[in-house]
Amino acid sequence: MSIFIGADTRLVVQGITGRDGSFHTKQMMAYGTRVVAGVTPGKGGQRFEDSAPIFDSVADAVRETGADTSVIYVPASGAAAAVFEAADAGVRLVVCITEGLPVLDMTTALPFVHERGARLIGPNCPGLISPGRSKVGIIPGNICRPGRVGVVSRSGTLTYEIIHQLSTHGLGQSTCVGIGGDPLIGTSFIHCLEAFEADAETDAVVMIGEIGGTDEQQAAAWVTAHMTKPVVGFIAGQTAPPGRRMGHAGAIISGSSGTAAEKIQAFEASGIAVMRRPSEVVALLRARM
Amino acid sequence: MNLYEYQARDILRQHGIPVPAGDVATTADEAKAIAARIGGPVVVKAQVHAGGRGKAGGVKLARDAAEAHAHASRILGMTIKGLTVQRVLVVPAAEIASESYVGIIVDRASQRPVLMVSPAGGIDIEDVAAKTPEKIHRLAIDPRYGLLAHQALGLALRLYPEIARARAAADIMRKLYRAFYAVGASLAEINPLITTSAGEVVALDAKISVDDNELDRRPEIAALRDVSAEDPAEVAARDGGLTFIKLDGAVGCCVNGAGLAMATMDLVKFYGGEPANFLDIGGSSNPQKVVTALQIITADPAVKAILFNIFGGITRCDDVANGIVQATQAFPLKVPIVIRLTGTNEKEAVEILTRAGFSALTDMDEAVQGAVRAAAGRAA
Repeated sequence: MSIFIGADTRLVVQGITGRDGSFHTKQMMAYGTRVVAGVTPGKGGQRFEDSAPIFDSVADAVRETGADTSVIYVPASGAAAAVFEAADAGVRLVVCITEGLPVLDMTTALPFVHERGARLIGPNCPGLISPGRSKVGIIPGNICRPGRVGVVSRSGTLTYEIIHQLSTHGLGQSTCVGIGGDPLIGTSFIHCLEAFEADAETDAVVMIGEIGGTDEQQAAAWVTAHMTKPVVGFIAGQTAPPGRRMGHAGAIISGSSGTAAEKIQAFEASGIAVMRRPSEVVALLRARM
Repeated sequence: MNLYEYQARDILRQHGIPVPAGDVATTADEAKAIAARIGGPVVVKAQVHAGGRGKAGGVKLARDAAEAHAHASRILGMTIKGLTVQRVLVVPAAEIASESYVGIIVDRASQRPVLMVSPAGGIDIEDVAAKTPEKIHRLAIDPRYGLLAHQALGLALRLYPEIARARAAADIMRKLYRAFYAVGASLAEINPLITTSAGEVVALDAKISVDDNELDRRPEIAALRDVSAEDPAEVAARDGGLTFIKLDGAVGCCVNGAGLAMATMDLVKFYGGEPANFLDIGGSSNPQKVVTALQIITADPAVKAILFNIFGGITRCDDVANGIVQATQAFPLKVPIVIRLTGTNEKEAVEILTRAGFSALTDMDEAVQGAVRAAAGRAA
């Protein structure tokens, strides 16, 4: 088992004929993901790489192929509209890779997705991978190994760094989820911790946070109240100056709130083992598994 | 992107919110002419992206146009928190009967726009929140329906028990909410919202921050950006598709991905160094981005060593290696460089670098330690 996706995931790719969409669709297919459809309005009836049928709308794709999960690679100007469309078409999971969505678009998209009973991961995220089963997004498959550690992160390449540490030291992963670096995102740390706690194939969780907001503090409180599996944490941005946006739209210390220090303190208070540098992840996990 | 007070006032006025008369000036003569047009006492206000203008001497009361000229000539060109004042706003001196606060932010926890009001206006709302949180009233707004009339009036009555003023304030709140979405704001505040001795409710000072992700679809707002008030290196980086933030240390960092860039800075600190910058070359990096990055890093005289930390996923390590070689051929480096790269096309990258006389590491800790040593003048 894994969380959110698995070997039976039926994926539709929104923006399949674009530069990023086509590149990553090939990667996902090569990894073994069941890409059952693509969507590019105006190109309905064509096929992607002589295999996946292309449709004009997600609704058509869902009706014709039974797609249950969507991944979005469309440019920022159309990405919020793509989230609405996917949720309206009835997929249960929408993964938005696109970076640079206006935050106010999410204030209306998030309640819409929720009302349609779907889950959104992202935006501005690398997606997720269940090693050996399915990959939805852009996490490099070659650095992952099947195993029993769950990984959840607000970052992209920092997550790859930590996955790489795990894999090279024999600690495989059940699922790795990048939840995204934006201020408003569809799936929080807590949603992922809940899923990992319930997943029979996950023994421990690595949670990678960063400055900005209070998601990590809320997650720490949830760990204290509900989590029985060990959690190892990392917070990026201890040297980040206040008031500056550190690349990710959500990575900003506002006033005195959202600092790395307060998040590390919250982690430690809830019994989460905090790594001071990414290379400590293996030792901290081994001591707790 | 932060707007100046005079720009924010224009936006409020366009949305029907009462703001005092007045105009912006770039010279003392212009300021004098505006003051003469207004007639009577005026306030000359420095336009900078910094709080504490009053304390710094950037806000002055003038009895007449001649005094406005004198104040403007002193304020124009003065430095407030490192920023040079290039414009002043000249407005009529208001008779203030009361001051309150009205602001809207996007709240991350509720994932909604939140309206905040407080009868404690005219001071920093963060101070109010810290010292007298009971004086702040908050309402999470459902963006599908907007700020409803009864919601606005309910909050306005917290500010003004008298119904005519409360209705005027509620009207301002609903217009502010519409302005918030119209410009793509992440913050919009009126502080203070005043009542005059004549009983009018007026927005005396305004602050608006716009979400950078809105600028592509709002060219009229993007045109309000004042590039001259920004760090030239940060502007050059943005134009080149990079994210760069200048810091005070000696280790120049070039990393792919924001999270890894922050973690790299933190690791520099962990090993006893100080990062000179945050620099994210982004996901699909081409060699040209690396060249631009190196130009920006090496322009900082405080940089004593350069650290590359690349985890190849979408980013191809050979692209980065080619960029390093191209850049160093065009302008030879004067400081040591430590290169760590691993992941996609790592082997090709190592070959490219080795041919050009560079060595490359694969371990992040080792690379950071080497760069910290090199910056301190010891062998990398």
